[in-house]
Amino acid sequence: MTDVPFIEIHDVHFSRGSHEIFRGIDMIIPQGKVTAIMGPSGTGKTTLLKLIGGQLTPDRGRILVDGQDVQRLSRKALFALRKRMGMLFQSGALFSDLDVFENVAFPLRVHTDLPDAMIRDLVLLKLQAVGLRGARHLTPAELSGGMARRVALARAIALDPELILYDEPFVGQDPISMGVLVQLIKRLNEALKLTSVVVSHDIKETLSIADYLYLLADGQVVAEGTPDTLNANQDPRVSQFVHGEPDGPVPFHYPAETLYSDILGATATRAR
Amino acid sequence: MQSKFEQGVVGRIVRLGRKGCDVMEALGRAGLFLGQSVVGVPSREGWYLWLRQMHFVGVLSLAIVIVSGLFIGMVLALQGYTILVDFGAEQALGQMVALSLLRELAPVVAALLFAGRAGSALTAEIGLMKATEQLTSMEMIGVDPLRRVIAPRLWAGFVALPILTVGFSVVGIWGGYLVGVQWLGVFEGSYWSNMQASVSFMNDVGNGMIKSLVFAIVVTWIAVFQGYDLVPTSEGISRATTRTVVYSSLAVLGLDFVLTAVMFGGL
Repeated sequence: MTDVPFIEIHDVHFSRGSHEIFRGIDMIIPQGKVTAIMGPSGTGKTTLLKLIGGQLTPDRGRILVDGQDVQRLSRKALFALRKRMGMLFQSGALFSDLDVFENVAFPLRVHTDLPDAMIRDLVLLKLQAVGLRGARHLTPAELSGGMARRVALARAIALDPELILYDEPFVGQDPISMGVLVQLIKRLNEALKLTSVVVSHDIKETLSIADYLYLLADGQVVAEGTPDTLNANQDPRVSQFVHGEPDGPVPFHYPAETLYSDILGATATRAR
Repeated sequence: MQSKFEQGVVGRIVRLGRKGCDVMEALGRAGLFLGQSVVGVPSREGWYLWLRQMHFVGVLSLAIVIVSGLFIGMVLALQGYTILVDFGAEQALGQMVALSLLRELAPVVAALLFAGRAGSALTAEIGLMKATEQLTSMEMIGVDPLRRVIAPRLWAGFVALPILTVGFSVVGIWGGYLVGVQWLGVFEGSYWSNMQASVSFMNDVGNGMIKSLVFAIVVTWIAVFQGYDLVPTSEGISRATTRTVVYSSLAVLGLDFVLTAVMFGGL
C-alpha cells in the first residue's frame, strides 16, 4: 500500500489469563480509507479496538496512532489523543441520564468553550446527518437499537475526529437500518475525509464499504487485501469465512469426545 | 508422594494465601480509586453534577431517615420511661434520649439506612453504566469517568450523610418529646433542661458528627467502588449491590465500636 499509515500495529501479543488472543499481529491502517477487520466471533476484534484506543495494554509489541505510541502516552496525552478519535460501540453506549441532544452535545460541552447557540447548531447538524434531528428530545430508553446506534454515531463525529472506530456496527440491525448505517459510514468517510476502522463479521455489508480488509483467526492475521482479492482467496480458512460455510477449518462442533463414546459410554454406565 | 492429608492441608494454605492476596489487591485498587476520584479542582459543571447527586443521595433519602428517626426517638422515650420511672428518675428522660441519639443511634442507624437506600442505588447505577459501556465510551470521548461520574457521587455522599444524621437526631429528640412529655406526662421543663445541662456540644454532638463523617466516607466509598469494580453482567450487578449493603453495614458497626471506644471509652 502506498497510502499514508494512520495506525500501525507491530507484532502485538495479548492474552487474557491463560487464553492467548493475539499471537503477533501486524497491521497498517491507511489514512482516509475504510479498513475492515473481520473474523469469526471470539477472535478478539473488539479487543483490538480497545488496544488501539489505549484501554488495554498489549503484552508485547507496539501500536502507533498518528505516530504516537498509545501505550507509552501519559493519561493526559492519551485523553488528548482520544479527542481525535470517535468510537461507535456495539450497544451505542449512550448516557442514559441525558437525552439525545445532550448526548451528542456532551463531547462539545466538555472539550470546547463554544457558546450554547453554536453547540445547538452543531448538534442539530450532526443529528441531521444521521437523520434524527426530530428525535432530539427523546431519551435513550425511547430509541430503537438502530436509532441508538445512529445517535451514537452523531456523538462520535461531534468533535470532527480524524479516526472513527466502529465496533460491530451492523449487528442486530433490520435490513433498513443496516442499509442506512452502511451508507452513513461510507458517506461520512468520504465527506469528512475520516480514517475508519470497521470491526465486523457481516461479510456483505463490510465488503461493500471497505477499501482494505484484514481477516483475523487463531490470534493472527490470516489474510489481507482488497475485497476482490479476499473474495478470490483460495485459503480454506478465508473461503470458509467469506462464503459462510458452517464447517471447515473453524469447526462447527465445540471440542468434545465422539458422540458414539459419549452416548454409549453413558448407556453402559447406566446399565451397570 | 504427598499423602491425601498433606495435599488437603497444602491446598487449603494455598487457597488462603491466594484469598489474602486477592483481598490486599482489591484494597489497593480501592485505595487508588478513592485517591484518583476525590482530588481535582471542582469546575462549574462539577458543582452542578454534585448538586444533582446531592438531590439523588441526600434529598431522596430524607423521607426514610426522618421517619426512622421519629420512630426510634419515640421508642427510646417509651422504653426509657418504663425503666427510669421505677427509680423516680423520669426527669432524666430528655438526657437519655438525646445522648443515645447523638452519640450512637443517629450516626449508626442513619448510616445503615443510607447504605440500604443510597449506597445500593449508587452501586447499581454505576454498575449498569459499566455494563452498558457508558463508562468506556466516556473514556473514549476523552473524559475521565472517575472525575465525571465517581467524584460527584463520592462528595455528595460525604456531605449528605452527616446532614441526614443531624435531621435524624433532631426528629428523634422531637419524637421522644412527643411520647415522653405529651403522652406519658414527663414535665416539659425537666425534659429540655436536663438535656441542655448534660449534652456537651463538643463531646456529644461533635463526636457524633465525626462518627457520621467517617461512616459517610466508608459507606459511599464502598458503594461506588463496588459499582465501578463489578463484573459487568446482571449477576455481577446483583452481587455487587448485595456486597455494598453487607460490607457497609459491617464496616459501620465495626467502626462504631472502635470510634466509641476511642471517644467515650477512655482509651
